[in-house]
Amino acid sequence: MTVQTAATGTGRGRRRVAKSSIYVLLTLYTMLALGPIALIVMNSFKTRKAIFDSPFSIPNAESFSLKGYETVWERANFPRYFFNSITVTVVTVALVLLLGAAAAYALAEYRFMGNTFLTLFLAVGVMIPIRLGTVSILKLMVSLSLVNTLFALILVYVAMGIPLAVFILAQFFRQVPGELKDAARIDGASEYRVFSLALPLVKPGLAAVAVFTMLPVWNDLWFPLILAPGESTKTVTLGVQLFLGQFVSDWQAVLAALTLAAIPILILYVIFSKQMLSGITQGGVK
Amino acid sequence: MTATSTNTDVVRGTSARRRRFPRHVIVFLGPALIVYTVFMVYPLLDSLRLSFFSDEGTFVGLSNFAELLPGGSLSSSFWNALGNNLVFFGFHLLIQNPVGLFLAVLLTQQLLKRGRGTYRTLIFAPTVLSVVIVGFIWQLILSPLWGVVSTPLLGLTSTALPTLSMMSVWQFVGIPMMFFYAVLVGIPDDLIEAARVDGANGWQIFWRIIFPLLLPMLGIISIITYIANLNAFDLIYSVQGALAGPEFSTDIMGTLFYRSFFGFQLQSGSTATGATVATAMFLVILAGVLIYLFAWVRRVETYEL
Repeated sequence: MTVQTAATGTGRGRRRVAKSSIYVLLTLYTMLALGPIALIVMNSFKTRKAIFDSPFSIPNAESFSLKGYETVWERANFPRYFFNSITVTVVTVALVLLLGAAAAYALAEYRFMGNTFLTLFLAVGVMIPIRLGTVSILKLMVSLSLVNTLFALILVYVAMGIPLAVFILAQFFRQVPGELKDAARIDGASEYRVFSLALPLVKPGLAAVAVFTMLPVWNDLWFPLILAPGESTKTVTLGVQLFLGQFVSDWQAVLAALTLAAIPILILYVIFSKQMLSGITQGGVK
Repeated sequence: MTATSTNTDVVRGTSARRRRFPRHVIVFLGPALIVYTVFMVYPLLDSLRLSFFSDEGTFVGLSNFAELLPGGSLSSSFWNALGNNLVFFGFHLLIQNPVGLFLAVLLTQQLLKRGRGTYRTLIFAPTVLSVVIVGFIWQLILSPLWGVVSTPLLGLTSTALPTLSMMSVWQFVGIPMMFFYAVLVGIPDDLIEAARVDGANGWQIFWRIIFPLLLPMLGIISIITYIANLNAFDLIYSVQGALAGPEFSTDIMGTLFYRSFFGFQLQSGSTATGATVATAMFLVILAGVLIYLFAWVRRVETYEL
Protein backbone atom coordinates (compact mmCIF):
# COMPACT_ATOMS: atom_id res chain seq x y z
CA MET A 1 0.00 0.00 0.00
CA THR A 2 2.88 2.34 0.62
CA VAL A 3 4.97 4.31 -1.73
CA GLN A 4 8.10 2.22 -1.75
CA THR A 5 10.79 4.38 -3.21
CA ALA A 6 13.99 2.85 -4.46
CA ALA A 7 16.73 2.79 -1.88
CA THR A 8 18.61 5.71 -3.34
CA GLY A 9 19.98 8.43 -1.11
CA THR A 10 17.10 10.87 -1.57
CA GLY A 11 14.62 7.99 -1.53
CA ARG A 12 15.77 6.89 1.88
CA GLY A 13 15.54 10.47 3.12
CA ARG A 14 12.03 10.85 1.81
CA ARG A 15 11.07 7.54 3.37
CA ARG A 16 12.28 8.72 6.73
CA VAL A 17 10.26 11.93 6.45
CA ALA A 18 7.17 9.96 5.40
CA LYS A 19 7.63 7.52 8.24
CA SER A 20 8.04 10.14 10.93
CA SER A 21 5.11 12.18 9.64
CA ILE A 22 2.87 9.10 9.97
CA TYR A 23 3.95 8.70 13.58
CA VAL A 24 3.54 12.41 14.31
CA LEU A 25 0.04 12.55 12.84
CA LEU A 26 -1.15 9.42 14.64
CA THR A 27 0.33 10.60 17.92
CA LEU A 28 -1.31 14.00 17.59
CA TYR A 29 -4.69 12.44 16.89
CA THR A 30 -4.28 10.02 19.80
CA MET A 31 -3.66 13.01 22.06
CA LEU A 32 -6.81 14.67 20.74
CA ALA A 33 -8.78 11.48 21.44
CA LEU A 34 -7.44 10.89 24.95
CA GLY A 35 -6.56 14.39 26.13
CA PRO A 36 -10.08 15.41 27.19
CA ILE A 37 -10.58 12.16 29.11
CA ALA A 38 -7.18 12.52 30.80
CA LEU A 39 -7.97 16.12 31.73
CA ILE A 40 -11.19 15.05 33.49
CA VAL A 41 -9.60 12.12 35.33
CA MET A 42 -6.61 14.19 36.41
CA ASN A 43 -8.65 17.09 37.76
CA SER A 44 -11.04 14.82 39.65
CA PHE A 45 -8.22 14.25 42.15
CA LYS A 46 -7.56 17.94 42.79
CA THR A 47 -8.84 20.63 45.12
CA ARG A 48 -11.40 23.06 43.82
CA LYS A 49 -8.84 25.84 43.79
CA ALA A 50 -6.30 23.74 41.84
CA ILE A 51 -8.94 22.70 39.29
CA PHE A 52 -9.51 26.30 38.33
CA ASP A 53 -6.03 27.74 38.88
CA SER A 54 -4.03 25.13 37.00
CA PRO A 55 -6.27 22.74 35.05
CA PHE A 56 -3.38 21.24 33.10
CA SER A 57 -1.09 20.29 35.96
CA ILE A 58 -0.94 16.82 37.48
CA PRO A 59 -2.23 16.63 41.09
CA ASN A 60 0.59 16.96 43.62
CA ALA A 61 0.75 16.64 47.38
CA GLU A 62 -0.64 20.14 47.79
CA SER A 63 -3.46 20.02 45.25
CA PHE A 64 -4.55 16.41 45.85
CA SER A 65 -8.11 15.98 47.11
CA LEU A 66 -10.72 13.24 47.13
CA LYS A 67 -13.55 15.51 48.20
CA GLY A 68 -15.40 15.01 44.91
CA TYR A 69 -15.43 11.25 45.42
CA GLU A 70 -16.69 11.71 48.99
CA THR A 71 -19.61 13.79 47.72
CA VAL A 72 -20.45 11.20 45.07
CA TRP A 73 -20.25 8.40 47.64
CA GLU A 74 -22.59 10.24 50.04
CA ARG A 75 -25.08 11.62 47.55
CA ALA A 76 -25.41 9.02 44.81
CA ASN A 77 -25.88 5.28 44.98
CA PHE A 78 -23.20 4.33 42.49
CA PRO A 79 -22.80 0.68 43.57
CA ARG A 80 -26.54 0.26 42.96
CA TYR A 81 -26.33 1.91 39.51
CA PHE A 82 -23.43 -0.32 38.53
CA PHE A 83 -25.26 -3.39 39.76
CA ASN A 84 -28.30 -2.45 37.66
CA SER A 85 -26.27 -1.71 34.53
CA ILE A 86 -24.29 -4.95 34.86
CA THR A 87 -27.48 -6.99 35.40
CA VAL A 88 -29.25 -5.48 32.42
CA THR A 89 -26.23 -5.74 30.11
CA VAL A 90 -25.20 -9.29 31.04
CA VAL A 91 -28.73 -10.72 30.87
CA THR A 92 -29.43 -8.91 27.59
CA VAL A 93 -26.22 -10.08 25.91
CA ALA A 94 -26.78 -13.68 27.08
CA LEU A 95 -30.37 -13.73 25.78
CA VAL A 96 -29.49 -12.05 22.48
CA LEU A 97 -26.71 -14.58 21.89
CA LEU A 98 -28.91 -17.56 22.79
CA LEU A 99 -32.11 -16.54 20.99
CA GLY A 100 -30.26 -14.90 18.11
CA ALA A 101 -27.99 -17.89 17.50
CA ALA A 102 -30.89 -20.36 17.60
CA ALA A 103 -32.96 -18.28 15.16
CA ALA A 104 -29.99 -17.64 12.87
CA TYR A 105 -29.17 -21.35 12.85
CA ALA A 106 -32.74 -22.26 11.88
CA LEU A 107 -32.79 -19.71 9.05
CA ALA A 108 -29.37 -20.74 7.73
CA GLU A 109 -29.76 -24.49 8.12
CA TYR A 110 -33.31 -25.52 7.26
CA ARG A 111 -35.47 -25.09 4.24
CA PHE A 112 -39.06 -24.48 5.30
CA MET A 113 -42.02 -22.45 4.22
CA GLY A 114 -41.62 -18.77 5.06
CA ASN A 115 -37.83 -18.87 5.51
CA THR A 116 -37.25 -15.94 3.14
CA PHE A 117 -40.13 -14.00 4.63
CA LEU A 118 -38.84 -14.44 8.19
CA THR A 119 -35.31 -13.47 7.13
CA LEU A 120 -36.64 -10.23 5.64
CA PHE A 121 -38.99 -9.68 8.59
CA LEU A 122 -35.98 -9.75 10.94
CA ALA A 123 -33.77 -7.73 8.56
CA VAL A 124 -36.21 -4.80 8.73
CA GLY A 125 -35.35 -4.48 12.42
CA VAL A 126 -31.70 -3.82 11.59
CA MET A 127 -32.67 -0.62 9.77
CA ILE A 128 -35.47 0.82 11.93
CA PRO A 129 -34.54 2.30 15.31
CA ILE A 130 -36.66 0.80 18.10
CA ARG A 131 -36.89 4.24 19.74
CA LEU A 132 -39.53 5.19 17.18
CA GLY A 133 -41.87 2.74 18.92
CA THR A 134 -41.35 4.30 22.36
CA VAL A 135 -44.91 5.62 22.71
CA SER A 136 -46.34 2.13 22.38
CA ILE A 137 -43.53 0.43 24.29
CA LEU A 138 -44.34 2.60 27.30
CA LYS A 139 -48.07 1.80 26.98
CA LEU A 140 -47.23 -1.88 26.73
CA MET A 141 -44.96 -1.80 29.78
CA VAL A 142 -47.60 0.10 31.76
CA SER A 143 -50.20 -2.54 30.93
CA LEU A 144 -47.79 -5.34 31.88
CA SER A 145 -46.91 -3.43 35.13
CA LEU A 146 -43.26 -3.59 34.19
CA VAL A 147 -42.50 0.13 34.46
CA ASN A 148 -39.56 0.78 36.80
CA THR A 149 -38.28 -2.77 36.55
CA LEU A 150 -35.01 -3.91 35.02
CA PHE A 151 -37.01 -6.59 33.22
CA ALA A 152 -38.69 -3.94 31.04
CA LEU A 153 -35.28 -2.71 29.90
CA ILE A 154 -34.05 -6.25 29.24
CA LEU A 155 -37.09 -7.11 27.09
CA VAL A 156 -36.70 -3.99 24.97
CA TYR A 157 -32.94 -4.44 24.57
CA VAL A 158 -33.28 -8.11 23.62
CA ALA A 159 -35.88 -7.20 20.97
CA MET A 160 -33.53 -4.44 19.79
CA GLY A 161 -30.48 -6.74 19.62
CA ILE A 162 -32.03 -9.78 17.92
CA PRO A 163 -32.26 -8.53 14.30
CA LEU A 164 -28.57 -7.67 13.96
CA ALA A 165 -27.58 -10.81 15.85
CA VAL A 166 -29.58 -13.01 13.47
CA PHE A 167 -28.25 -11.12 10.46
CA ILE A 168 -24.59 -11.56 11.46
CA LEU A 169 -24.84 -15.09 12.89
CA ALA A 170 -26.78 -16.51 9.92
CA GLN A 171 -23.86 -15.56 7.69
CA PHE A 172 -21.44 -17.32 10.02
CA PHE A 173 -23.63 -20.44 10.26
CA ARG A 174 -23.79 -20.71 6.47
CA GLN A 175 -20.03 -21.20 6.44
CA VAL A 176 -20.07 -24.14 8.86
CA PRO A 177 -19.26 -27.19 6.70
CA GLY A 178 -22.24 -29.44 6.04
CA GLU A 179 -20.18 -32.65 6.38
CA LEU A 180 -19.72 -32.05 10.07
CA LYS A 181 -23.43 -31.69 10.75
CA ASP A 182 -24.34 -34.64 8.56
CA ALA A 183 -21.76 -36.85 10.26
CA ALA A 184 -23.37 -36.00 13.60
CA ARG A 185 -26.83 -36.74 12.21
CA ILE A 186 -25.71 -40.13 10.89
CA ASP A 187 -24.44 -40.88 14.39
CA GLY A 188 -27.98 -40.25 15.56
CA ALA A 189 -27.57 -36.77 17.06
CA SER A 190 -30.78 -34.74 17.47
CA GLU A 191 -31.10 -31.37 15.70
CA TYR A 192 -30.52 -29.64 19.07
CA ARG A 193 -27.28 -31.59 19.51
CA VAL A 194 -26.19 -30.65 15.97
CA PHE A 195 -26.85 -26.99 16.83
CA SER A 196 -24.73 -27.26 19.96
CA LEU A 197 -21.93 -28.75 17.83
CA ALA A 198 -22.13 -25.92 15.29
CA LEU A 199 -22.22 -23.18 17.95
CA PRO A 200 -18.51 -23.25 18.94
CA LEU A 201 -17.59 -22.93 15.26
CA VAL A 202 -19.15 -19.46 15.03
CA LYS A 203 -17.33 -17.98 18.05
CA PRO A 204 -16.00 -14.95 16.11
CA GLY A 205 -19.58 -14.16 15.12
CA LEU A 206 -20.76 -14.49 18.71
CA ALA A 207 -17.99 -12.14 19.84
CA ALA A 208 -19.00 -9.56 17.24
CA VAL A 209 -22.65 -9.78 18.29
CA ALA A 210 -21.75 -9.47 21.97
CA VAL A 211 -19.86 -6.24 21.26
CA PHE A 212 -22.57 -4.76 19.06
CA THR A 213 -25.19 -5.58 21.71
CA MET A 214 -23.31 -4.63 24.84
CA LEU A 215 -22.19 -1.07 24.16
CA PRO A 216 -25.53 0.49 23.11
CA VAL A 217 -27.24 -1.20 26.08
CA TRP A 218 -24.71 -0.05 28.67
CA ASN A 219 -24.59 3.47 27.28
CA ASP A 220 -28.29 4.00 26.59
CA LEU A 221 -29.99 6.95 28.25
CA TRP A 222 -33.35 6.93 26.42
CA PHE A 223 -35.03 3.77 27.73
CA PRO A 224 -33.79 4.02 31.34
CA LEU A 225 -35.10 7.61 31.36
CA ILE A 226 -38.50 6.54 30.05
CA LEU A 227 -39.05 3.01 31.35
CA ALA A 228 -37.03 2.80 34.57
CA PRO A 229 -36.26 6.22 36.07
CA GLY A 230 -36.88 5.08 39.68
CA GLU A 231 -34.02 5.29 42.20
CA SER A 232 -33.78 1.51 42.57
CA THR A 233 -33.64 0.79 38.84
CA LYS A 234 -31.37 3.60 37.65
CA THR A 235 -28.54 2.50 35.40
CA VAL A 236 -25.10 4.11 35.50
CA THR A 237 -25.78 6.24 32.46
CA LEU A 238 -29.03 7.63 33.85
CA GLY A 239 -27.66 7.89 37.39
CA VAL A 240 -24.68 9.91 36.21
CA GLN A 241 -26.85 12.09 34.01
CA LEU A 242 -29.18 12.99 36.90
CA PHE A 243 -26.36 13.39 39.40
CA LEU A 244 -24.47 15.72 37.08
CA GLY A 245 -27.61 17.74 36.48
CA GLN A 246 -28.05 18.31 40.23
CA PHE A 247 -24.43 18.97 41.11
CA VAL A 248 -23.57 21.12 38.11
CA SER A 249 -21.81 23.75 40.23
CA ASP A 250 -19.85 21.28 42.36
CA TRP A 251 -16.98 20.71 39.95
CA GLN A 252 -15.12 18.28 42.17
CA ALA A 253 -18.19 16.04 42.44
CA VAL A 254 -18.95 16.28 38.72
CA LEU A 255 -15.38 15.40 37.73
CA ALA A 256 -15.36 12.49 40.19
CA ALA A 257 -18.69 11.14 38.92
CA LEU A 258 -17.50 11.33 35.30
CA THR A 259 -14.29 9.52 36.19
CA LEU A 260 -16.17 6.82 38.09
CA ALA A 261 -18.48 6.24 35.15
CA ALA A 262 -15.78 6.28 32.48
CA ILE A 263 -12.91 4.34 34.07
CA PRO A 264 -14.55 0.88 34.44
CA ILE A 265 -15.61 0.91 30.79
CA LEU A 266 -12.18 2.06 29.65
CA ILE A 267 -10.47 -0.67 31.71
CA LEU A 268 -12.79 -3.34 30.26
CA TYR A 269 -12.13 -1.90 26.83
CA VAL A 270 -8.35 -2.08 27.20
CA ILE A 271 -8.61 -5.70 28.36
CA PHE A 272 -10.94 -6.80 25.56
CA SER A 273 -9.99 -4.30 22.84
CA LYS A 274 -8.39 -6.94 20.65
CA GLN A 275 -11.53 -9.10 20.55
CA MET A 276 -13.75 -6.04 20.28
CA LEU A 277 -12.00 -4.42 17.36
CA SER A 278 -11.65 -7.68 15.44
CA GLY A 279 -15.32 -8.32 16.20
CA ILE A 280 -16.24 -4.97 14.69
CA THR A 281 -14.21 -5.51 11.53
CA GLN A 282 -15.43 -9.08 11.09
CA GLY A 283 -19.03 -8.30 11.81
CA GLY A 284 -18.87 -5.27 9.57
CA VAL A 285 -17.25 -6.87 6.58
CA LYS A 286 -19.11 -10.16 6.57
CA MET B 1 -27.29 -23.73 2.15
CA THR B 2 -29.35 -25.61 -0.39
CA ALA B 3 -26.85 -28.42 -0.39
CA THR B 4 -26.95 -28.92 3.36
CA SER B 5 -30.74 -28.77 3.45
CA THR B 6 -30.95 -31.45 0.81
CA ASN B 7 -28.59 -33.60 2.82
CA THR B 8 -30.69 -33.05 5.90
CA ASP B 9 -33.79 -34.22 4.13
CA VAL B 10 -32.03 -37.30 2.85
CA VAL B 11 -30.70 -38.20 6.24
CA ARG B 12 -33.87 -37.40 8.16
CA GLY B 13 -36.08 -39.15 5.68
CA THR B 14 -39.37 -37.96 4.37
CA SER B 15 -40.97 -37.13 7.71
CA ALA B 16 -39.10 -33.82 7.94
CA ARG B 17 -40.15 -32.85 4.48
CA ARG B 18 -43.81 -33.63 4.99
CA ARG B 19 -44.20 -31.32 7.94
CA ARG B 20 -43.96 -27.68 6.92
CA PHE B 21 -42.58 -26.55 10.25
CA PRO B 22 -40.63 -29.32 11.93
CA ARG B 23 -40.81 -28.92 15.67
CA HIS B 24 -37.13 -28.09 16.10
CA VAL B 25 -37.47 -25.16 13.69
CA ILE B 26 -40.23 -23.75 15.89
CA VAL B 27 -38.12 -24.25 19.02
CA PHE B 28 -35.15 -22.50 17.39
CA LEU B 29 -37.05 -19.58 15.90
CA GLY B 30 -39.98 -19.14 18.28
CA PRO B 31 -38.42 -17.33 21.26
CA ALA B 32 -36.53 -14.80 19.13
CA LEU B 33 -39.54 -14.10 16.94
CA ILE B 34 -41.88 -13.67 19.90
CA VAL B 35 -39.67 -11.17 21.74
CA TYR B 36 -38.89 -9.30 18.53
CA THR B 37 -42.53 -9.15 17.42
CA VAL B 38 -44.03 -8.20 20.78
CA PHE B 39 -41.46 -5.62 21.91
CA MET B 40 -40.27 -4.17 18.62
CA VAL B 41 -42.53 -4.83 15.63
CA TYR B 42 -45.82 -4.41 17.46
CA PRO B 43 -44.81 -1.10 19.15
CA LEU B 44 -43.53 0.29 15.84
CA LEU B 45 -46.75 -0.59 14.01
CA ASP B 46 -48.88 0.58 16.94
CA SER B 47 -47.06 3.95 16.96
CA LEU B 48 -47.81 4.25 13.28
CA ARG B 49 -51.47 3.54 14.00
CA LEU B 50 -51.60 6.04 16.88
CA SER B 51 -50.43 8.81 14.58
CA PHE B 52 -53.85 8.63 12.87
CA PHE B 53 -55.77 9.00 16.13
CA SER B 54 -56.33 11.82 18.60
CA ASP B 55 -55.31 11.50 22.25
CA GLU B 56 -58.93 10.58 23.04
CA GLY B 57 -58.76 7.68 20.59
CA THR B 58 -60.89 9.00 17.73
CA PHE B 59 -59.70 8.48 14.19
CA VAL B 60 -58.54 11.79 12.75
CA GLY B 61 -57.00 10.72 9.45
CA LEU B 62 -53.99 12.78 8.47
CA SER B 63 -54.83 15.82 10.57
CA ASN B 64 -52.00 15.09 13.06
CA PHE B 65 -49.59 15.31 10.17
CA ALA B 66 -51.15 18.57 8.99
CA GLU B 67 -49.79 20.13 12.21
CA LEU B 68 -46.26 19.49 10.92
CA LEU B 69 -46.87 21.30 7.64
CA PRO B 70 -46.64 25.09 7.18
CA GLY B 71 -49.40 26.74 9.15
CA GLY B 72 -49.66 23.85 11.63
CA SER B 73 -48.99 24.26 15.35
CA LEU B 74 -45.85 22.10 15.28
CA SER B 75 -44.60 23.27 11.92
CA SER B 76 -41.85 25.66 13.03
CA SER B 77 -40.43 23.30 15.68
CA PHE B 78 -40.58 20.33 13.33
CA TRP B 79 -38.76 21.97 10.42
CA ASN B 80 -36.28 23.61 12.77
CA ALA B 81 -35.49 20.20 14.33
CA LEU B 82 -35.25 18.50 10.95
CA GLY B 83 -32.96 21.21 9.57
CA ASN B 84 -30.72 21.06 12.66
CA ASN B 85 -30.65 17.29 12.44
CA LEU B 86 -29.50 17.42 8.82
CA VAL B 87 -26.76 19.91 9.79
CA PHE B 88 -25.76 17.51 12.58
CA PHE B 89 -25.58 14.70 9.99
CA GLY B 90 -23.69 16.93 7.55
CA PHE B 91 -20.88 17.40 10.07
CA HIS B 92 -20.57 13.63 10.45
CA LEU B 93 -20.68 12.99 6.73
CA LEU B 94 -18.16 15.68 5.82
CA ILE B 95 -15.80 15.51 8.80
CA GLN B 96 -16.20 12.20 10.64
CA ASN B 97 -15.96 10.01 7.53
CA PRO B 98 -12.99 11.73 5.82
CA VAL B 99 -11.05 11.93 9.10
CA GLY B 100 -11.87 8.27 9.80
CA LEU B 101 -10.62 7.34 6.33
CA PHE B 102 -7.46 9.40 6.76
CA LEU B 103 -6.68 7.68 10.06
CA ALA B 104 -7.36 4.26 8.53
CA VAL B 105 -4.99 5.04 5.66
CA LEU B 106 -2.29 6.13 8.13
CA LEU B 107 -2.80 2.95 10.15
CA THR B 108 -2.36 0.70 7.13
CA GLN B 109 0.89 2.25 5.88
CA GLN B 110 3.70 -0.28 5.58
CA LEU B 111 6.09 2.31 6.97
CA LEU B 112 4.20 2.08 10.27
CA LYS B 113 6.22 -0.74 11.76
CA ARG B 114 5.33 -0.63 15.43
CA GLY B 115 2.37 0.57 17.45
CA ARG B 116 -0.35 -0.06 14.88
CA GLY B 117 -2.55 -1.96 17.33
CA THR B 118 -1.91 0.55 20.11
CA TYR B 119 -2.83 3.58 18.01
CA ARG B 120 -5.98 1.84 16.78
CA THR B 121 -7.04 0.93 20.32
CA LEU B 122 -6.38 4.39 21.74
CA ILE B 123 -8.07 6.34 18.94
CA PHE B 124 -11.15 4.13 19.18
CA ALA B 125 -11.41 4.55 22.99
CA PRO B 126 -13.87 7.51 23.12
CA THR B 127 -16.38 5.49 21.09
CA VAL B 128 -16.97 3.03 23.92
CA LEU B 129 -17.90 5.75 26.39
CA SER B 130 -21.49 6.74 26.99
CA VAL B 131 -22.65 9.76 24.98
CA VAL B 132 -23.76 11.28 28.30
CA ILE B 133 -20.21 11.13 29.67
CA VAL B 134 -18.71 12.53 26.48
CA GLY B 135 -21.22 15.36 26.51
CA PHE B 136 -20.38 16.34 30.08
CA ILE B 137 -16.62 15.99 29.53
CA TRP B 138 -16.77 18.52 26.70
CA GLN B 139 -19.26 20.71 28.52
CA LEU B 140 -16.76 21.12 31.35
CA ILE B 141 -13.80 21.65 29.04
CA LEU B 142 -15.67 24.24 26.97
CA SER B 143 -17.13 26.02 29.99
CA PRO B 144 -15.90 29.62 30.15
CA LEU B 145 -15.83 29.17 33.94
CA TRP B 146 -12.89 26.84 33.59
CA GLY B 147 -11.21 29.18 31.19
CA VAL B 148 -9.69 26.60 28.84
CA VAL B 149 -11.87 28.16 26.14
CA SER B 150 -13.04 31.72 26.66
CA THR B 151 -15.99 31.86 24.22
CA PRO B 152 -19.18 30.19 25.48
CA LEU B 153 -19.39 27.94 22.40
CA LEU B 154 -22.36 26.00 23.77
CA GLY B 155 -24.25 29.12 24.80
CA LEU B 156 -24.43 30.95 21.49
CA THR B 157 -27.10 30.13 18.94
CA SER B 158 -24.56 30.39 16.13
CA THR B 159 -21.97 28.00 17.58
CA ALA B 160 -23.93 25.56 19.79
CA LEU B 161 -25.00 23.13 17.05
CA PRO B 162 -21.62 22.95 15.28
CA THR B 163 -19.93 22.46 18.67
CA LEU B 164 -22.26 19.60 19.65
CA SER B 165 -21.80 18.05 16.20
CA MET B 166 -18.03 18.14 16.61
CA MET B 167 -18.27 16.50 20.06
CA SER B 168 -20.18 13.65 18.44
CA VAL B 169 -17.69 13.47 15.55
CA TRP B 170 -14.84 13.36 18.09
CA GLN B 171 -16.50 10.44 19.86
CA PHE B 172 -17.48 8.32 16.86
CA VAL B 173 -14.62 8.84 14.39
CA GLY B 174 -13.30 5.43 15.45
CA ILE B 175 -16.19 3.64 13.77
CA PRO B 176 -15.52 4.74 10.16
CA MET B 177 -11.81 4.34 10.94
CA MET B 178 -12.31 0.66 11.86
CA PHE B 179 -14.62 -0.11 8.94
CA PHE B 180 -12.29 1.52 6.40
CA TYR B 181 -9.34 -0.20 8.06
CA ALA B 182 -11.00 -3.58 7.54
CA VAL B 183 -11.42 -2.90 3.82
CA LEU B 184 -7.91 -1.49 3.40
CA VAL B 185 -6.15 -4.49 4.98
CA GLY B 186 -8.15 -6.74 2.65
CA ILE B 187 -6.77 -5.14 -0.53
CA PRO B 188 -4.21 -7.57 -1.98
CA ASP B 189 -0.65 -6.23 -2.14
CA ASP B 190 -0.07 -7.47 -5.71
CA LEU B 191 -2.83 -5.18 -6.95
CA ILE B 192 -0.93 -2.18 -5.61
CA GLU B 193 2.38 -3.67 -6.75
CA ALA B 194 1.10 -4.11 -10.30
CA ALA B 195 0.01 -0.46 -10.44
CA ARG B 196 3.39 0.64 -9.16
CA VAL B 197 5.20 -1.42 -11.77
CA ASP B 198 3.03 0.33 -14.36
CA GLY B 199 4.42 3.63 -13.07
CA ALA B 200 1.55 4.93 -10.92
CA ASN B 201 2.52 7.17 -7.99
CA GLY B 202 1.08 6.95 -4.49
CA TRP B 203 -1.55 9.60 -5.12
CA GLN B 204 -2.77 7.91 -8.33
CA ILE B 205 -2.80 4.51 -6.64
CA PHE B 206 -5.01 5.87 -3.86
CA TRP B 207 -7.56 7.65 -6.05
CA ARG B 208 -7.66 5.23 -8.98
CA ILE B 209 -7.38 1.87 -7.21
CA ILE B 210 -7.96 2.09 -3.48
CA PHE B 211 -10.71 4.71 -3.37
CA PRO B 212 -13.09 2.87 -5.76
CA LEU B 213 -12.69 -0.21 -3.57
CA LEU B 214 -13.71 1.85 -0.54
CA LEU B 215 -16.87 3.31 -2.07
CA PRO B 216 -19.28 0.50 -1.06
CA MET B 217 -18.06 0.80 2.54
CA LEU B 218 -18.37 4.59 2.39
CA GLY B 219 -22.04 4.11 1.48
CA ILE B 220 -22.64 1.65 4.31
CA ILE B 221 -20.97 3.95 6.86
CA SER B 222 -22.94 6.95 5.60
CA ILE B 223 -26.32 5.25 5.90
CA ILE B 224 -25.49 3.84 9.34
CA THR B 225 -24.44 7.34 10.42
CA TYR B 226 -27.61 8.85 8.96
CA ILE B 227 -29.87 6.46 10.87
CA ALA B 228 -27.90 6.94 14.09
CA ASN B 229 -27.89 10.75 13.74
CA LEU B 230 -31.63 11.00 13.11
CA ASN B 231 -32.14 8.86 16.15
CA ALA B 232 -29.75 10.89 18.35
CA PHE B 233 -30.99 12.31 21.62
CA ASP B 234 -28.65 11.57 24.55
CA LEU B 235 -25.99 14.15 23.68
CA ILE B 236 -28.32 17.12 23.22
CA TYR B 237 -30.46 16.15 26.22
CA SER B 238 -27.43 15.83 28.51
CA VAL B 239 -25.66 18.99 27.44
CA GLN B 240 -28.50 21.36 26.56
CA GLY B 241 -31.50 19.77 28.30
CA ALA B 242 -34.85 18.80 26.79
CA LEU B 243 -35.38 22.34 25.51
CA ALA B 244 -32.29 22.02 23.32
CA GLY B 245 -31.13 25.57 23.90
CA PRO B 246 -30.15 28.23 23.31
CA GLU B 247 -33.48 29.11 21.72
CA PHE B 248 -33.96 25.62 20.24
CA SER B 249 -30.86 26.10 18.09
CA THR B 250 -29.74 22.54 18.92
CA ASP B 251 -33.18 20.92 18.80
CA ILE B 252 -33.11 17.70 16.75
CA MET B 253 -35.73 15.05 15.99
CA GLY B 254 -34.95 13.04 19.12
CA THR B 255 -35.37 15.95 21.53
CA LEU B 256 -38.51 17.13 19.72
CA PHE B 257 -39.94 13.61 19.94
CA TYR B 258 -39.18 13.48 23.67
CA ARG B 259 -40.86 16.85 24.37
CA SER B 260 -43.88 16.17 22.20
CA PHE B 261 -44.52 12.82 23.89
CA PHE B 262 -43.65 13.63 27.51
CA GLY B 263 -44.19 17.32 27.52
CA PHE B 264 -41.78 19.74 29.08
CA GLN B 265 -42.47 22.79 31.20
CA LEU B 266 -45.21 24.76 29.40
CA GLN B 267 -45.68 22.24 26.60
CA SER B 268 -47.96 19.35 27.57
CA GLY B 269 -47.20 15.87 26.34
CA SER B 270 -49.42 14.01 23.91
CA THR B 271 -49.47 10.41 22.72
CA ALA B 272 -50.83 11.44 19.33
CA THR B 273 -48.19 14.12 18.76
CA GLY B 274 -45.44 11.79 19.98
CA ALA B 275 -46.58 9.05 17.61
CA THR B 276 -46.86 11.56 14.77
CA VAL B 277 -43.33 12.87 15.27
CA ALA B 278 -42.06 9.27 15.50
CA THR B 279 -43.81 8.41 12.23
CA ALA B 280 -42.34 11.49 10.58
CA MET B 281 -38.88 10.43 11.81
CA PHE B 282 -39.52 7.01 10.31
CA LEU B 283 -40.40 8.57 6.95
CA VAL B 284 -37.29 10.76 6.99
CA ILE B 285 -35.11 7.74 7.78
CA LEU B 286 -36.89 5.70 5.10
CA ALA B 287 -36.25 8.45 2.54
CA GLY B 288 -32.54 8.30 3.36
CA VAL B 289 -32.46 4.51 3.10
CA LEU B 290 -34.25 4.63 -0.27
CA ILE B 291 -31.83 7.24 -1.60
CA TYR B 292 -28.98 5.02 -0.44
CA LEU B 293 -30.43 1.90 -2.06
CA PHE B 294 -31.47 3.43 -5.37
CA ALA B 295 -29.13 6.34 -5.94
CA TRP B 296 -25.99 4.89 -4.37
CA VAL B 297 -25.95 1.08 -4.30
CA ARG B 298 -27.08 0.83 -7.91
CA ARG B 299 -24.38 3.13 -9.18
CA VAL B 300 -21.42 2.08 -7.11
CA GLU B 301 -19.66 -0.97 -8.41
CA THR B 302 -18.58 -3.61 -5.95
CA TYR B 303 -15.44 -5.50 -6.88
CA GLU B 304 -14.77 -9.05 -5.79
CA LEU B 305 -11.19 -9.27 -4.57
